[in-house]
Amino acid sequence: MFNFVAFIPTAVQQGIPLLYGSTGEILTQKSGNLNLGIPGVMYVGGICGVIGSFVYENHTDGALNPFLAIAIPMLCSLLGSFLMGLLYSFLTVTLRANQNVTGLAMTTFGVGFGNFFGGSLIKISGLDVPSIALSETSLIFNKTLPFAKNLGWFGKIFLSYGFSAYLAIVIALVVSFIFKHTRTGLHLRAVGENPSTADAAGINVTKYKYVSTCIGCMIAGLGGLYYVMDYASGVWSNDAFGDRGWLAIALVIFTLWKPDLSIFASILFGGLYVLYLYLPTDMEHMQYTELYKMIPYVVTLLVLVITSIRNKRENQPPASLGTNYFREER
Amino acid sequence: MKLHISKRDTLSWQKSAAVRVIAIVLALIFIAVLCTGLTGSDPISVFESIISGAFGTQRRMWVTLQELSIMLIISLALTPAFKMQFWNIGGEGQVLIGALASAACMIKLGDKLPNAVVILIMIVASILAGAIWGFIPALFKALWNTNETLSTLMMNYIATQLVAFYTIVWEVPKGSGKIGIINSSTQVGWLPDIVNKYLLAIIIAAICTAAMYIYLKYTKHGYEISVVGESQNTARYVGINVEKVVIRTMLLSGGVCGLAGLLLTGGINHTVTTSIAGGMGFTAVMVSWLAKFNPITMVFTSLLIVFMDRGASEVATSCGLNESFSDIMTGIILFFIIGCEFFIRFKITRSKKVRKEA
Repeated sequence: MFNFVAFIPTAVQQGIPLLYGSTGEILTQKSGNLNLGIPGVMYVGGICGVIGSFVYENHTDGALNPFLAIAIPMLCSLLGSFLMGLLYSFLTVTLRANQNVTGLAMTTFGVGFGNFFGGSLIKISGLDVPSIALSETSLIFNKTLPFAKNLGWFGKIFLSYGFSAYLAIVIALVVSFIFKHTRTGLHLRAVGENPSTADAAGINVTKYKYVSTCIGCMIAGLGGLYYVMDYASGVWSNDAFGDRGWLAIALVIFTLWKPDLSIFASILFGGLYVLYLYLPTDMEHMQYTELYKMIPYVVTLLVLVITSIRNKRENQPPASLGTNYFREER
Repeated sequence: MKLHISKRDTLSWQKSAAVRVIAIVLALIFIAVLCTGLTGSDPISVFESIISGAFGTQRRMWVTLQELSIMLIISLALTPAFKMQFWNIGGEGQVLIGALASAACMIKLGDKLPNAVVILIMIVASILAGAIWGFIPALFKALWNTNETLSTLMMNYIATQLVAFYTIVWEVPKGSGKIGIINSSTQVGWLPDIVNKYLLAIIIAAICTAAMYIYLKYTKHGYEISVVGESQNTARYVGINVEKVVIRTMLLSGGVCGLAGLLLTGGINHTVTTSIAGGMGFTAVMVSWLAKFNPITMVFTSLLIVFMDRGASEVATSCGLNESFSDIMTGIILFFIIGCEFFIRFKITRSKKVRKEA
């Protein structure tokens, strides 16, 4: 019998960083900015949090103040990814640089930034293992409701996560609400669909693009922080985050630009990511685990193709996605 | 007073080159300040170690040139696609699948056929494999206008997982998780050395550069690509079959990437791993774009990137920074160059507020 009670929490923990990443990227893409820098941003978000809590842990004797232990890494992470978002917006919106190139450069830079400071911190801490362990901070991030353990399978599946997992879901719901039910969301979608029309209607295109990209990056950066502090129990090792950032971008397409759908989709993707651990594979058939890992990408590709075949208007990418807006160019 | 931004007519190449050089110099100064801040060593010595890292010894110089060649081939491969505004960021996957195809030939045919035949089959197989990997997203684009940036991106990871799958199928010894050097005793399927083991890739890169330059500039195909890139409607109006051009160009783009995969597996590493392309498929996007899709300029932009990358690993060891510093340096230089393009494409004029006539 397949062990769902053990499988679902792992899938959720794998899915949460993807959810942060995809929510951030959806918000960004809705403004017409295709930010391929998300993988880099998530690295930066992760490492900035690590730096913050590393400094804090090393400057306090005795027990950590739980509030500060959460606030410091979180603020550092938000700041780091905000700056990345600002850089991207400055280059693509103000300087009208090519979005693909800027995004890829941000990914190169961000992954390098993460591994560089990660490597430096590992050196400073002078350990034998190539990783930094912030276990005390992680314990605070991991804290679950005290009675969750007494609730059996229900507690395991729904209540066994740290607060930042629920935060991801709340953020996704809020973003989804903003898209659907507020004037700001309507304006934002207008900017993404047709910036010149939006501009003519008196919407400040530049402002919308800047704000949505920066906030999007900050949300994505939290995904990196969640990964280190909660999923990896406070252990940063270089390149451990892997290609999750790209998977988050895949999720954006998979969910057809809907953050509320992304809650389930990212858990599904998280599940697919770790499914191979739960499938019966003996030593003779190790290779199939690699094929299982291919599933998220194949599924995404299929969704992309199918939506373009069906060509339903509400399921399409924002019409101006990937192009920059220049008012004088009509 | 108000700043006013308007599009420039084309800037003379001297001026635009000057802007880019200034950007690179500014980036280098910025990096120097950063290095000094981080390590305390003086910036001059940092640059000395970059240069010695890339060109210090004869062997380093050859390796740098070899890496330059591979980077150049991949960038050249992506260029025709970019010129028609088809954002093929699937270079990584196309290279990988080419490498996988040639590894497959080496393993499966190594002891059955004579060396020359194996190599011939490898060449065909790897180019074909790359071409197929380019063809799939192109077909989607042509039939249903599927967003190519996203579909080529997904194809990368499908290729990566395929390589990971076959790595385990073919692993030697069982359980090691890697294939190891293929045919290390018989050397079947190893591309022949010309003078030394580095020159072959360099020669092929040179041929590709010239061929791509001519293809894009002087052939009917090249012209069609430019027209499609400028405006698909114009292309349709003058009777160009846009779908055909898209598919044909992506077959070419993928095929040349496959060739790079062949060189990596058959000529340089004699094995295949998931990281054999090492992110070059992504870096090549930037190299090609930096060169404004001009094959000749691309020689210099890929030199710049490879030079920084190899130099930075030397800086890393000599200044006690870690190797990822090279990614940061590359990133910074790219940001500066990306930023400076603005000043080439647009001009800023200060306009005083026009007083309203009463």
